[in-house]
Amino acid sequence: MELYQYTVQEIGEMLARREVTASEVLAASAERIGRVESRIHAFITLTLEEAEKTAKELDARDEIGGLAGIPCGIKDNLCTRGVRTTCASEMLEDFVPPYDATAVKKLKAAGAVMVGKLNMDEFAMGSSTENSGFFPTHNPWDLTRVPGGSSGGAAAAVAAGEVFYALASDTGGSIRQPASFCGVVGMKPTYGRVSRFGLVAFASSLDQVGPITRTVTDCALVMNAICGHDHLDSTSLKVPVPDYTKDLQEGIKGLKIGFPREYFQEGVDRGVRDTIMKALLKFEELGAVVEETSLPHSEYALPTYYIIAPSEASSNLARFDGVRYGYRDGNARDTVEMFSSTRARGFGPEVIRRVMLGTYALSSGYYDAYYLKALKVRRLIKEDFDRAFERYDILASPTTTSTAFRIGEKAQDPLTMYMSDMLTIPVNLAGIPSISIPGGFIDNLPVGLQLMGPPLSEATLLKAAYAFEQATDYHLRTPVLEV
Amino acid sequence: MALTIEEVEHVARLARLNLPAEEKNMYAQQLSSILDFFTILNRLPTDGVEPLAHVLPLFNVMRADETGPSLPRDEAMANAPLAEDGQFKVPKIV
Repeated sequence: MELYQYTVQEIGEMLARREVTASEVLAASAERIGRVESRIHAFITLTLEEAEKTAKELDARDEIGGLAGIPCGIKDNLCTRGVRTTCASEMLEDFVPPYDATAVKKLKAAGAVMVGKLNMDEFAMGSSTENSGFFPTHNPWDLTRVPGGSSGGAAAAVAAGEVFYALASDTGGSIRQPASFCGVVGMKPTYGRVSRFGLVAFASSLDQVGPITRTVTDCALVMNAICGHDHLDSTSLKVPVPDYTKDLQEGIKGLKIGFPREYFQEGVDRGVRDTIMKALLKFEELGAVVEETSLPHSEYALPTYYIIAPSEASSNLARFDGVRYGYRDGNARDTVEMFSSTRARGFGPEVIRRVMLGTYALSSGYYDAYYLKALKVRRLIKEDFDRAFERYDILASPTTTSTAFRIGEKAQDPLTMYMSDMLTIPVNLAGIPSISIPGGFIDNLPVGLQLMGPPLSEATLLKAAYAFEQATDYHLRTPVLEV
Repeated sequence: MALTIEEVEHVARLARLNLPAEEKNMYAQQLSSILDFFTILNRLPTDGVEPLAHVLPLFNVMRADETGPSLPRDEAMANAPLAEDGQFKVPKIV
């Protein structure tokens, strides 16, 4: 077994016991990147030189533990001091943040070694990473397929062994859907669990930062490092952060799991449904009580999301006007023309589409019909979950409607692409936590199992995910990238 | 719900997007089909439902009005496309 194949937990223990040095671990990641990156294209920016310095400093310490010395990647919409943060957009191609996002700062304080910034759909808008303003990322399981999105670079890099874990963001499934497509673990924490400070805003009432890892234990370890209140994000929760690794092995005897029938209906591939149904039997074997339930407003979640998220985006992205940072069209004669040509040239087509959509939904005469209507439906969707969690501890479903689709397959029709987020979006609208873990395989492509819980139930989700993971071997399979 | 070219131009103006003429048609078509898709929401009665803008029961988080550390001006302005004398520079307004 090569060094890059170990988990965060294992490498952490080896580092703590001084069996390896941080420099050696980094060299293993760097070598792996050198071997596979030309086929994966996960990184927008590599920071290996900086990483070497950090690793050397860590090796000089008397003690090393936790995440210290373990190479990771950061999605390129999380600000990193002194390292360009592009959001995969020409608009921010040369933007170098003067500060770290809080989640990044916390990882650095824990001794994390950042090896680079990861590709994504531009401004996190997309489901395949094909909307990156620079280049698409390829799925390590099949290079002709997408890694999912918007955190496609993050999921692909973790799956391909280029980094041990990654930090990403999830607005409508952007952590869970790529985790599902790439056969890794991805968690979207409760809204407010992780500070959003320094995360370039897409839809502020939905955005949340979370980890992508290879195992559930690794997910818990990263969660331990990034959660908590932050005075720089007034929506972050003042709730103590538990040790998420503590109850992992408790087992799930008697845990009540509901599976919403709407998540197993037409629009979800038969093979995916069957795979996840089989996964539910595994939960029963492990002692959980599994029952069918209903989230009756599920079919309305997608249109609701595609009104609310673009509306918030149209407002958030107003800041990109060529004045304070980012690209500017220098030929414009007056200020309004400068704003307008800067934005039309700096943004890619999907971002323009969503800004237009949001502007329309918020514009005079249409606000009530679209935005206000969507906010009302959002409440009904949240109340579906509230009711379900009166009877069940967690809910289980497929993460995605299909396995990874082919590059180019859905790129022509925006609406078809939007549909691929059908099963992940309701969670963001309700603000609840959710995790996607490897739940099976179809034709050597990973299928994600999604678990959803009430607010702040991350520990329960991780416990259930851990029990399933330990009873299966899906997380042990790795894509073959050797030529 | 079909968006006309004039409506696309109106929205683009509001969003400060100077779209090339050949793209306006494309956006008109794509946005129209997305707006069509939204009409399924009309099947759902929502009279009397309180809108939900935000999932947290948080309102007006306050803090003491005290000066804290902030970015030095040169760092805050380091990314400016055009600056002069410590200020952002834009084309002539009046």
